[in-house]
Amino acid sequence: MNKCVERIYNGIIKENPTFVLMLGMCPTLATTTSAINGLGMGLSTTAVLMFSNMLISALRNIIPDRVRIPAFIVVVASLVTIVQLLIQGYVPALYSALGIYIPLIVVNCIILGRAEAYACKNPPLVSFFDGLGMGLGFTCSLTVIGMCRELLGAGSFFGIEIIPEEFHISILILAPGALLTLAMLSAIQNKLKLPSATNGDAPKSALACGGDCLHCGGCVGMMNHALVAEKKAEEAAAMAAAKKAAAEKALAAKKAAESAKDGVSSSEKKE
Amino acid sequence: MQELLLIAIGSALVNNVVLSQFLGLCPFLGVSKKTETAAGMGVAVIFVITIASACTSLIYDHVLVRLGIEYLQTIVFILVIAALVQFVEMFLKKNMVSLYQALGVYLPLITTNCAVLGVALTNVQEGYGFVESVVNGIGISVGFAIAIILLSGIREKIEHNDVPHAFKGSPIVLVTASLMSIAFFGFSGLI
Repeated sequence: MNKCVERIYNGIIKENPTFVLMLGMCPTLATTTSAINGLGMGLSTTAVLMFSNMLISALRNIIPDRVRIPAFIVVVASLVTIVQLLIQGYVPALYSALGIYIPLIVVNCIILGRAEAYACKNPPLVSFFDGLGMGLGFTCSLTVIGMCRELLGAGSFFGIEIIPEEFHISILILAPGALLTLAMLSAIQNKLKLPSATNGDAPKSALACGGDCLHCGGCVGMMNHALVAEKKAEEAAAMAAAKKAAAEKALAAKKAAESAKDGVSSSEKKE
Repeated sequence: MQELLLIAIGSALVNNVVLSQFLGLCPFLGVSKKTETAAGMGVAVIFVITIASACTSLIYDHVLVRLGIEYLQTIVFILVIAALVQFVEMFLKKNMVSLYQALGVYLPLITTNCAVLGVALTNVQEGYGFVESVVNGIGISVGFAIAIILLSGIREKIEHNDVPHAFKGSPIVLVTASLMSIAFFGFSGLI
């Protein structure tokens, strides 16, 4: 049980996906226009993350290693579809507020990252709590960012108006405000030298893609990088083999020529 | 014709995919250090998104709707996109070596780019037909290319500037992107 609590602490504080690992930036920026939206997005991601971790961990000995990523994607996509239908049925207001970002949970780096880094190596129960911890960490940070943006941009707190309209900084709830908020956040982390992927101090997690969305060439890029590296190595090996073969051929030709010469010279000697 | 033009301009400039919808943010920030690589990424994205939006639109209209399983769209789309990128890569490698050498590195990076899946889902949500989907795909990907090339140009200049210590690295890039996003608001008068 202790291990499960440790996983939750790890997800919320030590490896917080948003503030420390800088993962899943697209939904973070797009859905934090208000605290409620952030909370909704966070909770839907948590639901998917918990069950995807549990299922993948339960299936970890059945899924062949070579097709594991497509298999993970199918599991995650099915769960996302279930969550999407549930939200559409029971919380239609949230569904219309989050819109396209609910199906896009499939390509959220956090989910595939956790599946690769944790769930495919650990038993189901601990993986479930790992997903819960990571999801709660994501939910907390989205809610906090959403609260700040809502308070400054629309002057309200969870929909209750606090600040009169003359003092609203409405750009903060628009698209540029999201980027600006993230910029300020990572500047503060730089200034205080807090552990974060932006200043290269993130605790080296075993995440498949290494965390750090900001310097990544694409979500889950590392797996692709690995593929590219493998291909390059293969090519290099093929080149080396070809060179070796050519060298051997040349050597053989040389030897043949020499032996022919020897033969000629020996025959000459005989004469 | 006018409608198609409106869709293209709307998705390329007014609702720019990165700067107002935040899709494909990772490559936008990750691959924009040099103009050359940014242009490569932009072209690769145009290529993949155009093909992907054509394929997914055809599959949605002729397979999913006909069988009455529209709710499986997310699963089907992501698998189709992943397979498609692999297939395009193999095809280019065999038949168009020069294009493969130019785009090859970027192709595997695009598979899980949320912009590709985002375009496919938007097309369905808006109820676009085949032609509209392709035009929308081209518009969105051209918008992405414009944004990433502009940002890379600005980042090359930022290298020589005296940035406050706390803002060095990603914060200043995010501030730049935010200013670009404000600039792109200007286009909303176009439609």
